[in-house]
Amino acid sequence: MNITVDEMEKMTGAMSSAELASERHSRTTVGDFTAADPRMTCRNVDVWYGSKQAINGVSLDIGKNEVVSMIGPSGCGKSTFLRCLNRMNDTIDGCRVTGSIQLDGQEIYDKSLDPVPLRAQVGMVFQKPNPFPKSIYENVAYGPRIHGLTNSKAELDELVESSLEKAGLWKEVKDRLDQPGTGLSGGQQQRLCIARTIAVSPEVILMDEPCSALDPIATAIIEELIDELRANYSIAIVTHSMQQAARVSQRTAYFHLGDLIEVGETNQIFTNPQHRLTEDYITGRFG
Amino acid sequence: MSKPTLNAPQAPVRRTIDIVNASLKRRHAQERRFRRIGAIAVALGLAFVVLLFADIVGKGYTAFQQTYLQLPIELSAEKIDPAGTREPETLSTADYMAPIRAALRQQFPEVTERRELRQLYSMVSVGAPQFLREQVMENPDLIGTTQEVWVLADDDIDMLVKGQIDRHAPEESRRVNDRMLGWVEHLEEQGRIEKRFNTIFFTQGTSREPELAGIAGALMGSFYTLLLTLILSFPIGVGAALYLEEFAPKNRWTDLIEVNVNNLAAVPSIVFGLLGLAVFIGFFGAPRSTPLVAALVMTLMTLPTIIIASRVALKSVPPSIREAALGVGASPLQTQFHHVLPLALPGMLTGAIIGMARALGETAPLLMIGMIAFIVDIPSGFTDAATVLPVQIFLWADSPERGFVERTSAAIIVLLAFLFLMNLVAVLLRRRFERRW
Repeated sequence: MNITVDEMEKMTGAMSSAELASERHSRTTVGDFTAADPRMTCRNVDVWYGSKQAINGVSLDIGKNEVVSMIGPSGCGKSTFLRCLNRMNDTIDGCRVTGSIQLDGQEIYDKSLDPVPLRAQVGMVFQKPNPFPKSIYENVAYGPRIHGLTNSKAELDELVESSLEKAGLWKEVKDRLDQPGTGLSGGQQQRLCIARTIAVSPEVILMDEPCSALDPIATAIIEELIDELRANYSIAIVTHSMQQAARVSQRTAYFHLGDLIEVGETNQIFTNPQHRLTEDYITGRFG
Repeated sequence: MSKPTLNAPQAPVRRTIDIVNASLKRRHAQERRFRRIGAIAVALGLAFVVLLFADIVGKGYTAFQQTYLQLPIELSAEKIDPAGTREPETLSTADYMAPIRAALRQQFPEVTERRELRQLYSMVSVGAPQFLREQVMENPDLIGTTQEVWVLADDDIDMLVKGQIDRHAPEESRRVNDRMLGWVEHLEEQGRIEKRFNTIFFTQGTSREPELAGIAGALMGSFYTLLLTLILSFPIGVGAALYLEEFAPKNRWTDLIEVNVNNLAAVPSIVFGLLGLAVFIGFFGAPRSTPLVAALVMTLMTLPTIIIASRVALKSVPPSIREAALGVGASPLQTQFHHVLPLALPGMLTGAIIGMARALGETAPLLMIGMIAFIVDIPSGFTDAATVLPVQIFLWADSPERGFVERTSAAIIVLLAFLFLMNLVAVLLRRRFERRW
């Protein structure tokens, strides 16, 4: 196969492959992975990059109007898992997903399902702010335009305004909508990306370390925004900051080497972790 | 930490810095040497470029002027239009050489012997009557009057006036004999010889006579060839690059295709000419010596260049842009056309123009498909027999007449000017379309 042992080790965060093999198929998730009112349900999800397994039998629900955070050391598969939820992994050669992932009861890896409308329903915000090299207006208007969500220019204007408003950016950019989105500061760019995601009114928003490239003030603004967005959307967020997970999420999932070790109420995970690995990670002894 | 360990690192630090200082001089010397070698290389390269340009321009600039003789020409009505109808057909078939010769005899009445007369007549170009005819056809009122007309001089006279033939050289080693030199000097004294801007060079096709030869035919041939090459190769090249880079699965077949595309870019151009001869002319029966076949061959030749440049341009577009577009639900094709292509376009255009510049300067494959034919007419379409600039240069460089030497250089100047222009356009397009993200 096309992935070498070196690459494998890079992916798994410098764990030796022998250690990896010995730990495979040995873990069951501690805690309740279901949500009371699930929007997305994942059952026994395996992800393979070529011959290497990156995710090992993960089951997790994402409930309505809740923020689920995923934490864990580098290379534990949390980002990989997140990218499965809107089939972003399709773009990676040799990536294979098995198991069941459902959005509102619909199997998203079904052969007949088109990933294009799926990604309109499950939006994504990336680690590095990635606005299009176009104007601020065009950035937000792009999604609605390709999906034909609005019928007139006035409607589109309104949608752009409300999306920017929801992302907390409207006041800062309303006078310069025709200027390039890439000219904004890092935090503003990330909020622009959130506005762009909201503009197509998704049901679930996936955030892949949205604050890792931002300073504390910008981070605080985004965190506040996430809390507000919870009222209308389901949010899954991957983060490296345990404080951030504790601040924004209702439930927290701890990943370790492709396994989902523990899921639970955020409070409980951070105050009373059940699994030794979770405790080690949270107390900073490992990771 | 305890106190001894705090002081302990002091000693090794000093030692390290000593070693660093000791090697510093050598390292700086290395750097200076490298810089000097680089500067010398650049200077040397520039010197050769300047030398080349100076040589070509020095030899070629005189071709932009052409010598004319002023003669009082009697356009008698009986000779040109005896019936007096002024019909275009009569006017165009009339003998215009006779009045020019009469005017020459009138200038030098002492010349009567046949051999001398023939030399006298050879002072004007064989194409001179044609230009006189055009003047008369344009303005028939000239008939019946005597006009001071500037008549195109023969290439030997042209060379003599421009100083390319040494007047002080012994007669036997000079193409123009003493008698003719005397006539030229006589005309010069009377102010009847003048160098004028050489419009013939830019408006006429090639000719056996240097003074009548122009590059218009070759320029049009090059224009049609390049236009069709661009129309064919750019969309195909960009499409192929887009498919290979963004859509095709990465497997053994695409690897094979990639290796072959890279190899094709290095195939000697004459091989493409052979292929064109065998396939386009031999198998498909396309008309030979035409811009159509030339463009097909050039397309095959430039496609690898364009594909490689386009793939590099596509690779340089950050993947985050693709993810962003896919993330809001754009289809893969929309992602490519709305976001990736606009960002990759400057690189693609640069590649295309570099490919076009190479096609403009290409000679060898065109020889194989018959573009080397001697074609006087200016082509007016893709299926007219034509030649192209570099082939024209090749043909003229092969001609023995002194007049073709300066015309060869002049044609090279024109070719270089076009290449320079194309590269300038490539740079400007790059600047214009370049966006930051």
